[in-house]
Parts: sequence; C-alpha cells; structure tokens
Amino acid sequence: MSQSNRPFNRRDALRMLGAGGAAAAAQMLPFGIGNVLAAGKLTVGVLYVGPRDDFGYNQAQAQAAAIIKQMPGVKVVEEEKVPETVAVQKSIEAMINQDGASLIFATSFGYFDPHVLKMAAKYPNVRFAHCGGLWTQGKHPANVASYFGYIDECEYLDGMAAAAASKTKKLGFIAAKPIPQVLRNINAFLLGARAVDPKATVRVIFTGDWALPVKEAEAANSLIDQGVDVLTCHVDSPKVVVQIAERRGIYSCGYHASQAALAPKGYLTGAEWDWQTPYTSLVKAAMEGKPMVNFLRGGLKEGFVKPSAFGPAVSAEARAKSTAVKDKMVKGEFVIFKGPLNDNTGKVAIASGVSHAQQDPVLEDMKYLVDGVIGQV
Amino acid sequence: MKSAWQLAAPFAPVSAAIVAAALLFALFLLVQGAAPLQALELVIQGAFGSAFAWQNTLSRAAPIMLTALCVALPARAGLVIIGGEGALALGALAAAMVPVVGAGWPAYPVLALMALAGFAAGGAWMALVAWLRHARGMNETISSLLLAYIGIALFNFLVEGALRDPASLNKPSTPPIGELYAIGPMPGFDVHWGLAWGLVVCALAWLVMRHTVFGFSVGVAGGNPRAAQMAGLPVGMLLIASCFLGGGCAGLAGMLEVAAVHGSANASLLAGYGYAGILVSFASRHHPLGIIAGAILVGGIGASGSLLQRRLDLPDAATLVLQGTLFLALLAFETLNRKGLRRV
Repeated sequence: MSQSNRPFNRRDALRMLGAGGAAAAAQMLPFGIGNVLAAGKLTVGVLYVGPRDDFGYNQAQAQAAAIIKQMPGVKVVEEEKVPETVAVQKSIEAMINQDGASLIFATSFGYFDPHVLKMAAKYPNVRFAHCGGLWTQGKHPANVASYFGYIDECEYLDGMAAAAASKTKKLGFIAAKPIPQVLRNINAFLLGARAVDPKATVRVIFTGDWALPVKEAEAANSLIDQGVDVLTCHVDSPKVVVQIAERRGIYSCGYHASQAALAPKGYLTGAEWDWQTPYTSLVKAAMEGKPMVNFLRGGLKEGFVKPSAFGPAVSAEARAKSTAVKDKMVKGEFVIFKGPLNDNTGKVAIASGVSHAQQDPVLEDMKYLVDGVIGQV
Repeated sequence: MKSAWQLAAPFAPVSAAIVAAALLFALFLLVQGAAPLQALELVIQGAFGSAFAWQNTLSRAAPIMLTALCVALPARAGLVIIGGEGALALGALAAAMVPVVGAGWPAYPVLALMALAGFAAGGAWMALVAWLRHARGMNETISSLLLAYIGIALFNFLVEGALRDPASLNKPSTPPIGELYAIGPMPGFDVHWGLAWGLVVCALAWLVMRHTVFGFSVGVAGGNPRAAQMAGLPVGMLLIASCFLGGGCAGLAGMLEVAAVHGSANASLLAGYGYAGILVSFASRHHPLGIIAGAILVGGIGASGSLLQRRLDLPDAATLVLQGTLFLALLAFETLNRKGLRRV
C-alpha cells in the first residue's frame, strides 16, 4: 500500500499550490472594510447544520428564511450542512466579506460558543442571531441575539392527542440526548397525556445524537414491539420515526416542522416552530437601524411555536379538549410545570404549591424525567 | 541533467486529473441546469481567489493534515488504518483534561502537556490496533474502525457523564480550558497556529519516514514482513510504533481542535476530520508532503462549496460531487501514470 512506484513528492505539492497562489497574489487586498449598508437594503446570511429539506429542525429554519426573502430589499444567502467547527467561523466571515451580509442567523445550538461569540467580537457592526442560546447581559456581546420558543406547550398538546388516540396507553418518545431542553419536552408530553388519561406512560429511548437515522429506526421498531401505539421524537429529523410509525400502522406526533405528508393516516398533530416571528422582527430592526433585541422568547401566545393541524385520527372530543387548553395557553393562563410533581425515581421534582411559569429559568436546568416516564437520564 | 519533459512528467497526471475533474463537474452542473463556467470560476475564487479565501481554505485544511498522517504512517508499515476519528476523540478528551488538573499553571508548559496528552492518548489507541494485528492476527482495518466507534462512544459517555461541566446545559462539554491556554491565530494571518503545527508535523513525518533508519525499517517491514523478520527487524514493534505515531498525530489534531477552536471537548469536534484524512492520505499516496497539498485541496473544496451554495443556491451535495470527482480522477490518473506512461 505504502510503496508506490512514483510517490507524491514536494514538486507535486508545489504544483497544486501554484495555480491558486498566483491568483491570490493578484488580489491581496484588504477585506472586510467598506461594509456599508445601502439604505433599505439588507443581506442576511443563514447557516444550517443539516440539509434544508430534512423535514425537521433545519427545514423549520429554512421556512422562515424563505419568508424573509420575500421582504422588500432583503437578500438572503444560505449555507447548509455547516459542521460546528471552524467552518462556522469561516462561513460567517465569508458571508460578511464576500456577500456583504450584515445580519447572520446561526441556527444550530452548537454554533454559539465559541463560534458566534468570536465572530460577534470580531465584527461588532454585524448583527448575529442565534437559535437556542441563553444570551446573558454583560457576559455576551450586544450585537448578539438569541431566539427560542417554548415548544413544550405544543408537546403538552401532543401528549393530550396521543393519549386520546392510544389504545394501549403506552406512548413512545425517541430522543437524542438527555439535556434540559429535551427532558422538558418529554415531561411536557407525559403531563399532557396524563391530563387525558392518568394511566398513560411514556417510554423513552435516547439515541445519543441528533441525527442517527438507523438508531432512530431501531428505537421506533423496538418501542412498537413493546406495545407502544403512538410515537413522537426529539431528534433533528423526525422523518424516519414518523415513516416507521405509519408503516407499522400506529399513530405519530411530529416535531420541528410538519411531517403530516409522510403519514397521512396516523399523523395526529405535532409541535412546530414558527420562526418567522423572530426572523421578521430581527430583520425589521436591522433594516430600520434599531437597537437589537438580545433575548427573544415566546410560545403559542407570541407566535414562536404552533401545533400541526389535526390529522384524521384525532376524534372531535380530543380536538375540543386540546383546543380548550391551547386557548388558555394563548391567554397565558396555563402552567405546565407545577407541584406536586415527582420524578420517576420517586423524588420530589416540584414541591406542592410551587408553580413554574414558562419564563422561569429553573426550567432551563431540568435534569429529571417525571413520574410516568419509563427511562433513565 | 534531466530534460524539461522528465521534470514535468510527475505533474502530468495531477494536471490531467484536475482538468478531467473540472470537465466532469462542469458536465454535472450542465445537467443540473447551473452555469458551469461561472461555477468553476467560483470554485477557484472561493478556495484560492483572495487572501481571505486562502485563510478560509487553510483553516479547514489544518486538522486534516494531521488526521491524514494517522493513515499514512501506518501505511508505510503496510497497514490500512481507517479509525483516526477515534484517536482524535480520545486525544481531544485527554488534552482537555490537562488544564482542569493543572489550573493556574503557566501557559506553555500546560500547552506542551496538552499536546503530549493528546498525542499519547491517540497513539495508545492506535497502538492497540497494531498490537491486535501483530499478536492476535486481527485485521487492522476492521479493528481500527470498530475501535473508532468505541472511542467515540467512550468520548460521549465521559463528556456527558463524569467529565461534564455542570454549567454546560444543552451542549454537554468538559470544563472550558480558559483564555490562558487557548491557541490563537498566527500573526497577520487569520488562521490558528494549528496550521503551522500540521505543516511541521507533516515535514517531520516525511523526515522520519523517508530519511531515518527507523523509517526505512518500517518501510521494509511493510513491504515484506517475512523478509524483515529474517533480516532481524523487530516487525511487531515497528508496526506498533508506526501506529502509535499515526494515532498520536490524530490525537494532536484533537488537542488543537480543543485548544484553538472549541475551548473544551464536546461532540462538535467530531466532525469527520478522521475520515477526511483517509481520503487525503490515499489521494496523496501516503506521502507526508503530498498530504499537505491534499489537505489544502479538501479545505479548498470546503471553502468553495460554501461560496457555490451562497451564490448559485446549489445544495451542499454539489460540493461532495466535486470532491468525489476530483479524488476519483486523481487516483485514476495516478494509476494510469504508473501502469501506462511508465512503460513509455
């Protein structure tokens, strides 16, 4: 293997470098200057960690990018499948230097620290919007905003629809990693289910990473074999899980975007992001030169999340129950996480009389699965 | 004195391969309804067309130089190793632990220890592969790949468990190494020092493997293990040493990702550099200096793929098509060169 007759040598290396080197020498000009905005024009750069048509996390962001593209004077440049490495920094710089972007949407959670923080410090005149991060006053640069939604509201509604449709009362949840955001969704799903049927249980399988289609398929089949008859998930692309649920004739609830098209029979409803709300407000602020809102959060009320339209398998009674709770959530009158609530090891998770509203930072640090969830953190 | 033709001959296959790949890619774009000439211009412009483009390319190339050595050095000993990603993961983890233990120590000793820890962890992991091969007769290609999966699983298990920084909520990471121990950009050139490390290590690898008795012995053991044994060479030790050095380079790549890019060990640094190294090493025929050029080519394709996406709205898969065509053409023309042109 190693003993080639004609090894690659220094000259080959130089030869390959030479072509580009000449081009570079001709254009050794300073860059990153003169990045001045023409009035009423804005170039927005959007980076995705996966493919834009993944029926999931990235598609939800791309749908919002497609909406801001329609705004007058806005040009959008996009790059998909940018890994959470130095590639993020270089692609952001390229958007700024080569395309003149002055607002960047860094849509993957892992882009924030260190990549977005480094770029924001280096380009103080560019605005950076990041999905999911916890922007903190005094700690993080003023030209960075973090946007996120209280999607556990939709998970609660999903749980209600799932428990109503289920015959075995065994629900399944396929999750990537046992991190607070994911645990909060699983717990909200269980609490919604128990609001309809106090005997409902949720079986959880953690796959270990955000995009592992083979493991997700194995987990889905294994849960169905255990008698689960409604599946939902928190992975980057719910496509595999929803497809398998449909093929095996059980119900499913979607996540991130709508997967209704993949399961016309069994899709009950789903928890979708509605990113056009933060996207349009951030673009408007940039175009009008207004100061950046650094912390954008919202649920159903603020239009950051939305449930998928009900599928044919959801009964009229279940629709009415779910809609009633949704109306309360929209009015801001509904609290999902309130005591008394035990975790699934028997310890008190939330004491009696304690109630955590959506904005409560305690919820951002959730480390437990509530009673009724079968699984381990 | 060699004639001009003799001097130019080695470059002919590379040039021909690049031209052929460009033509094939243009054809592909034409079928897809994109403008081929504009796209090819963007490929050059995005990768090598400006000082920024060069920085973009070299930043992406830096870690691949080291992971490619994880394939090239064992290849000299006749082993096909494809598990560099596991060595990178464990090297990163070991390196990230040094500042936790040695908090408050001065920067340079800590960085040196981080490099040593990364090198040793990655090296030990790959040495295991060589030992399994030599002592138990286990196929090194399969075992290195399986050990990579185990290494990554171990990495995730520890980063999400025992070694997790409790403050890293939704992105499980080891504790941050801190500004003091971070490796910054090179002066006047916005690429981190990892590039220089990569270049130096490639040069060292070339010196050791091509110009020392040790390197020669490894080559003999790889060329004909039985003859090497007859000649009294410690074949087992040579296999293990070459794998240790190769794995060490991948571990060093992990250490640099921690110190120069991420600031802690977390799942983000497992971005496939170990696998990209396989491609680069094979395409450069396992030559440590050829690897530099190969890594720059892969980095350049990454950088130009970024521009192609933004300007022509092509999907990321188009970049993969370009990379695939280019490396296939390189390998095909190199083979032609050996089998066909040589006889002329």
